[in-house]
Amino acid sequence: MSALTVRALELNRGTRPILRGLDLDVESGEVCAFMGVSGAGKSTLLRAVAALEAISAGKITIGSATLTPGPLPPESKLREVRRQVGFVFQTPSLFEHLSAIENVMLAPIHALRWPADRARDVARRLLESLGVAHRAEAYPRQLSGGEAQRVAIARALAPDPTLLLMDEPTSALDPARRGALGESLRALAGEGRGLLVSTHDAEFAKRFADRVVVLDQGRIVEAGPASVVLTSPSHAATRTLLRGESASPPKL
Amino acid sequence: MPRSSRIALCASLSLAALVAGCAASAQAPTRRVLRWGGDAEGGAPFVEADPADPSKVRGFDVEVAGMIAKGLGAEPQFVQVAWASIPQSAERGDFDLGMSGIEDSPELRARAALTIPYYEFREVLAVRPGDTDRYKHLSDLAGHRVATLGSTQAYQILLAAQAKSGVIPISYDDDVHPYADLVAGRVDAVLLDNIIAERSLRRSGGFVIQDEPVAIGHYVAVLAKRNGALRDSVNDVLRARMRDGSLEKTFRAWNVWSDAEAQYFARALAAAHDTTTVAAPEQPDRSVMSYVPSLIRAAAITLVLSFVAMGLAVVTGGCIAAGRVYGGPIVRGLFTAYVEVVRGTPVLLQLFVLYYGLSSVIRLPAFLAAVLGLGLNYAAYESEIYRSALEAIPRSQLEAARTLGLSELQIFRLVRAPQALRLALAPMTNDFVALLKDSSLVSVITVVELTKQTAIYATNIGSWVVPGILCAAIYLAFSLPLTRVARGLEAKWSHV
Repeated sequence: MSALTVRALELNRGTRPILRGLDLDVESGEVCAFMGVSGAGKSTLLRAVAALEAISAGKITIGSATLTPGPLPPESKLREVRRQVGFVFQTPSLFEHLSAIENVMLAPIHALRWPADRARDVARRLLESLGVAHRAEAYPRQLSGGEAQRVAIARALAPDPTLLLMDEPTSALDPARRGALGESLRALAGEGRGLLVSTHDAEFAKRFADRVVVLDQGRIVEAGPASVVLTSPSHAATRTLLRGESASPPKL
Repeated sequence: MPRSSRIALCASLSLAALVAGCAASAQAPTRRVLRWGGDAEGGAPFVEADPADPSKVRGFDVEVAGMIAKGLGAEPQFVQVAWASIPQSAERGDFDLGMSGIEDSPELRARAALTIPYYEFREVLAVRPGDTDRYKHLSDLAGHRVATLGSTQAYQILLAAQAKSGVIPISYDDDVHPYADLVAGRVDAVLLDNIIAERSLRRSGGFVIQDEPVAIGHYVAVLAKRNGALRDSVNDVLRARMRDGSLEKTFRAWNVWSDAEAQYFARALAAAHDTTTVAAPEQPDRSVMSYVPSLIRAAAITLVLSFVAMGLAVVTGGCIAAGRVYGGPIVRGLFTAYVEVVRGTPVLLQLFVLYYGLSSVIRLPAFLAAVLGLGLNYAAYESEIYRSALEAIPRSQLEAARTLGLSELQIFRLVRAPQALRLALAPMTNDFVALLKDSSLVSVITVVELTKQTAIYATNIGSWVVPGILCAAIYLAFSLPLTRVARGLEAKWSHV
């Protein structure tokens, strides 16, 4: 079953095309990594799927909800879409005035109208599964970068979305933390969710993604199983990407 | 003129002459100058700006001052001073002689050198025509609002009547609006000098003056207590001008002469002894303690007024800020215009417009007008604080909230506003302390709050030291705990 279907997606900012005819499927239970140099359109694609930006052409289908071109639909319909999509931003963007567990409980209580007790149970379980239950009462400023990210993931998962979007989740993590994050993502996919993850990190993608999609100048130039795309790339952009990755920090 | 007083006069005038001489530079020979203080805001017939040349003043007090100067062989020079401050300004040495319908009173006589009275006036009651038969005396006005000018003999009479028969005194900062408010129905009577009452009747009308005076009073010139010798010389000049008819001529010219005045002049001249050398009558017992209850009452008014006005400012300011952040171009434009107009004009002017300017359309009670004036003024400042605080919340937080399926209203209520409030807390506290002090401005629309009450108290005892310290202590007692609470909240919210 498809968690996400994108067809012929185009998105222009003013007259400048950012995404130019994208087709993409993310299956439930699958981790799909999409890669590309900065400016390839990765973040824009995620924002379009999360209905944070209006699309210019094409169609996005998430479960039962569909996004079409034109101005963003009215709030009631928008909330329908957004409840099925969880979004973890590149920076954790936690609500500074709420404790970790309150951050996670906010959407269940106010968007889903759950009773507080139920929201608290779910939030605690999520924090436990991500290994940050001991920080439940801490405020965002008291959390380390890795802890804050895991709280942000728990927050995005609280409304039980069918699709989880993550923007550059590894960028602020050390290698050990990247491994732990990867395991968490596999576990989430194991629960039947679709994961769409943007990353620069070929190593990470190779280890934890089922499928890799390479984006270049708003187009998908290569797609396939991670092991194939990242070991024998067929497109120049992918090769540039891989060279850049291996060339940048010389490992001593 | 006795020799001793002549020496004193020379001494007291020499400094002024020196200054004036320097100013007049080459103009020889140097003339002596008598600096006299008055308030041109008091208007005709006392002292007013001359319509023909507004840089000059005219009025009967101006002419009397001129006669005195001439009698002393000096040139009169006018110094503008706020009416209620004239005695203290004389004591400071800002001028030699204060004149502007200054009332003779035992309290003033005890702490300043006063001349013999040069005019006798009557404290008269003004009422609306329909009430002519109903309110003939102060005792008829139990439970009714009676207006007058603050810090006057009339105000003292009303305070005494309040204790005795339950009249409600309303104090004004000027002598025009009591009559306007009488006609408008905000007060039921005005007690003031007959000269002021008759002037208002001529100007605007709409009321009647009761024939029978409530009391008799006298206008005097005031000098610093140390200037007793100069005062005696002035008295000599005044008696001479009473005798030769010059004073009568002036008073006739200004339309304030009457048979009663002629009788007073006769009595004054017949008096064998110099009234000014009589020892001051026993001062009524006015210890600090006797003023404390009224100061506490006034402090309560300041506190309630500030809290209610701040509440209004916070709510209105919040709405304006939300409108400017979320609203369409029309809403944004309107609110921006409101903020700019309110911030760009004096709050004093806004209070006047609200209370007096609108009184033909809507007649707001004074306290309500004060709350609205201060509240709506501060709303403009609050809205700017909230707007910048709202805009300081990172966009990524709002988008994170959106992707969680929260509505825009929920995002505002649960995410944006609570965090903005934490940012706004420090400047808000600052504004509240400022408002607490700005609340003293509302005395111009007859609300007697802490500063006004202190001024009344200070005028009464002739010193600002004790009242000033008490008043400052009360303001601090309000503002210090407030800033403490704010600092505590900030510390609690910082989550470091």
